[in-house]
Amino acid sequence: MKFGVIVFPGSNCDHDAFYAVANNLGQPAEFIWHDSTSLGDIDAVILPGGFSYGDYLRCGAIAKFSPVMQAVKKFAADGGLVLGVCNGFQILVESGLLPGALIRNRDLKFICRELRLSVATTDSPFTGAAQKDQVVRLPIAHGEGCYIADERTLDELEAEDRIAFRYIDNANGSMRDIAGILNKERNVMGLMPHPERVTEPLMGGTDGRLVFESMLRAAAVHA
Amino acid sequence: MSGTVAFSPEIIAQHQLTPGEYQKIVDILGREPSYTELGIFSVMWSEHCSYKSSRVHLKKLPTRGKLVVQGPGENAGIIDIGGGYVIAFKIESHNHPSFIEPFQGAATGVGGILRDIFTMGARPIAVLDSLRFGRLDDPETGARNRRILGGVVSGIAHYGNCFGVPTVGGETIFEPCYDGNPLVNVFALGVCRKEDVFYAKAAGVGNPVIYVGARTGRDGIHGASMASAEFTEESKQKRPNVQMGDPFMEKLLLEACLEAMQTGAIVGIQDMGAAGLTCSTCEMGSRGEVGIEIELDRVPQRATGMTPYEIMLSESQERMLLVADKGREDEVFRVFKKWGLEAVEIGIVTDDGKLRVRHHGEIVAEIPNRELADEAPLYDRPHTAPPAMPLAPAPRTTDAPTVHDALPLLLAAPDICSKHWIWEQYDFQVRTNTLTRPEQTDAAIVRVKETGTSVAMSLDGNGRYSRLSPREGAILAVAESCRNLSVVGAQPVAATNCLNFGNPERPEIMAQLVEAIEGMSDACRFFDTPITGGNVSLYNETLGDGIYPTPVIGIVGLMKTAAPVTVPFKNAGRAVMLLGGAGTCDETRFGGTQYAKEIDRQLWGLPPALDLEREKNVQAAIREIVAAGLAESAHDLSDGGLAVALAECSFGPAAIGAQLDIDSDLRPELLAFHEGPSRILISTSNPTEVSAIAQRYSVEAPVVGATIEGGMEIRQRGNTLGSWDIAAIRAAYEGALEANVR
Repeated sequence: MKFGVIVFPGSNCDHDAFYAVANNLGQPAEFIWHDSTSLGDIDAVILPGGFSYGDYLRCGAIAKFSPVMQAVKKFAADGGLVLGVCNGFQILVESGLLPGALIRNRDLKFICRELRLSVATTDSPFTGAAQKDQVVRLPIAHGEGCYIADERTLDELEAEDRIAFRYIDNANGSMRDIAGILNKERNVMGLMPHPERVTEPLMGGTDGRLVFESMLRAAAVHA
Repeated sequence: MSGTVAFSPEIIAQHQLTPGEYQKIVDILGREPSYTELGIFSVMWSEHCSYKSSRVHLKKLPTRGKLVVQGPGENAGIIDIGGGYVIAFKIESHNHPSFIEPFQGAATGVGGILRDIFTMGARPIAVLDSLRFGRLDDPETGARNRRILGGVVSGIAHYGNCFGVPTVGGETIFEPCYDGNPLVNVFALGVCRKEDVFYAKAAGVGNPVIYVGARTGRDGIHGASMASAEFTEESKQKRPNVQMGDPFMEKLLLEACLEAMQTGAIVGIQDMGAAGLTCSTCEMGSRGEVGIEIELDRVPQRATGMTPYEIMLSESQERMLLVADKGREDEVFRVFKKWGLEAVEIGIVTDDGKLRVRHHGEIVAEIPNRELADEAPLYDRPHTAPPAMPLAPAPRTTDAPTVHDALPLLLAAPDICSKHWIWEQYDFQVRTNTLTRPEQTDAAIVRVKETGTSVAMSLDGNGRYSRLSPREGAILAVAESCRNLSVVGAQPVAATNCLNFGNPERPEIMAQLVEAIEGMSDACRFFDTPITGGNVSLYNETLGDGIYPTPVIGIVGLMKTAAPVTVPFKNAGRAVMLLGGAGTCDETRFGGTQYAKEIDRQLWGLPPALDLEREKNVQAAIREIVAAGLAESAHDLSDGGLAVALAECSFGPAAIGAQLDIDSDLRPELLAFHEGPSRILISTSNPTEVSAIAQRYSVEAPVVGATIEGGMEIRQRGNTLGSWDIAAIRAAYEGALEANVR
């Protein structure tokens, strides 16, 4: 499975995502520069963490206007797998690919901490390799990760089984403990914690692998 | 140059130049300086840039070693780590700006040191901070200290997190002497291939001099001079002297510079830090023994109507100066354009050795680079003896608490308690090289993905010890730093230092500086950790009150990449061994401890006694024990001594504690809390093997107890001194700082 890792000015988890899929999962990967208008021959896109365009104005607000996001939108509309991690989740929300918003953490501070989460659905290409309610440990590192949406949207997400991960330790105040969500078509996921950081034992855990392994499995089924 | 006149003594004094220094300027130029030239000399000859009070003593430091690729004199020191790779690292202070404007002061401190690293061609992979503040619970100054702490921590977090460098460790200390003088010392380390190292040297007459990065504004003018004077009431008006940081711009600058370096079209490069355009031009010229001529009209400016004086002295952040190969400028410009950055040719390299500055075509400054950059006046300032402290404590007015009652108090003490409130605000994992989280190991460790080598780092300094004896305090800091590296299995290889002191014009303060440098010098020689660069911060005084002498050392060590040995006990039923033994201590050597600070509320006597040979043996032994995979956990004894170390080992996820029984004649509180060095607490399933290794190094290694579930206890020859429920004392340890910052 060939991964494309988007590089915005200010992305800083781009190398980490690349390393995780290329070295730890042994998949081909390439970087895609933010002013590219096409994604090339890739099978999945990762929007990595960081501070795209300095997070000026609002996290992800400027990235949504970059040329590459038009290509990402088209890729998603064609059914391609899109994973947005941390700032990538913020960009997906700003771009309208996912509902809701990510605002300042409850206590207004940046938090870097490993948290327990539960897999809220296995009916997705990002969680298919997991067990329902499986408890995983993933690190967060963000200042604006508090997920909010109106009641109707939240109800809809739940009714359509589109919440992918829930915090057991909700450190940022997210509504209904939401850590990651899917779009209606289930091929786009935004996730605040960093699965790419825990894909080898030396980094203190391998729970993040299940996201990438699920993607590989989904691709294998489709092929 | 036309229209130069002699300046009044007031103007000269405002520039913090003495009449003698002014005369030297006139002698160098053969005429009176212009106003712009006066400004240029004043920053380059400031204490901050010229080290004029410390340089004669800094020469005593060891700077050579077989792994040293670059020692002091460049933007950072460089060490060969094998496999074709090197690391670049250095520590810098940003004390004065952090007092005036904590958030921006600390943020730009991080920005400055990061530029020092990547200007050498190395990508930053780790930051550590050594921070000191006044007490948070002080009824008078507590509110201000809390504001400074909050601002400094969020400034570091803001800059480092956005830039994408993990902040992986450090230390945070609270003492009243830092009330008006917080210390913010930032260490950064980067990595690159050996052949990719760049130097801040101009060369090639006719080559273009190129300015890149942020535009020049009026911020930070005379920052370097501000950092070279004591604070007074007027200092509060110096807020415009503090620069503003933009970590996003810095991130772009990093990526663009590293990419531009790969073109092969760059000859030399230097960041614009203290003294901005002035420092980068004359230092690059001086190192390359060439001249540099620039036209200020071409300098990108964000304010209108800036004078040559302002442009040359601005300390606007996120700017670099580079010299490119003539004819290949476009390759450089293309890279900066890709990253959306301004890159402008502002001048050329000349053959006359002079810094020539034009404004609208007219020469406004013309100064020989070497005299300006390297021949600042040097002072061997008079030094007497460091101020003495009483050798014995004042009599106690109340009964001392028992060991049982004292431990929870110490665990909640500001210097000892968990600092997770601070380090969780830092992204300590970005770049996926960080092998442990802070407080899990005695040293921070990042791996170098390309080589299979990991770099361990520790920042250490103890103002209380140094106040009692600057010489011994500096030696103890080096020993502790090396010990911290050894505990994780790393071999210490090189060091960088940050010397924070008061006013060197006072002979007793100068004596502190001299003794600390000499102590540090001896210790670094002994442990074979040459100093490859560093920083001196003097005049840390507000309204005449100086700080404790605070030499901080940052030492780096190398180890094979592997899961490191961490502090917490892992399993019940393991033997607990005290490598180095219980040690000895008397009342005099107890006066600098955390117990003396928190329980007795005093400072007296001398720092803990150190036997260097024994220390070296203990370190060699623990490295071998760790390498052999014999230690399940390891933690050195430092602040708060044995009892605090035992508690810290018991605060792991499994809440495994230990029952210890110590064979010692010491008074109970000395036994439990003395801070004698050269001691390491380990748990092991193989005490026989550990003993055998210890014996080979002639190091005591008594089995002092065994690990147990849920509780911990210390006995002295069978008598219980204290027994504790882990959950209860852990709450005090983990919640204390957060309770204090609110």
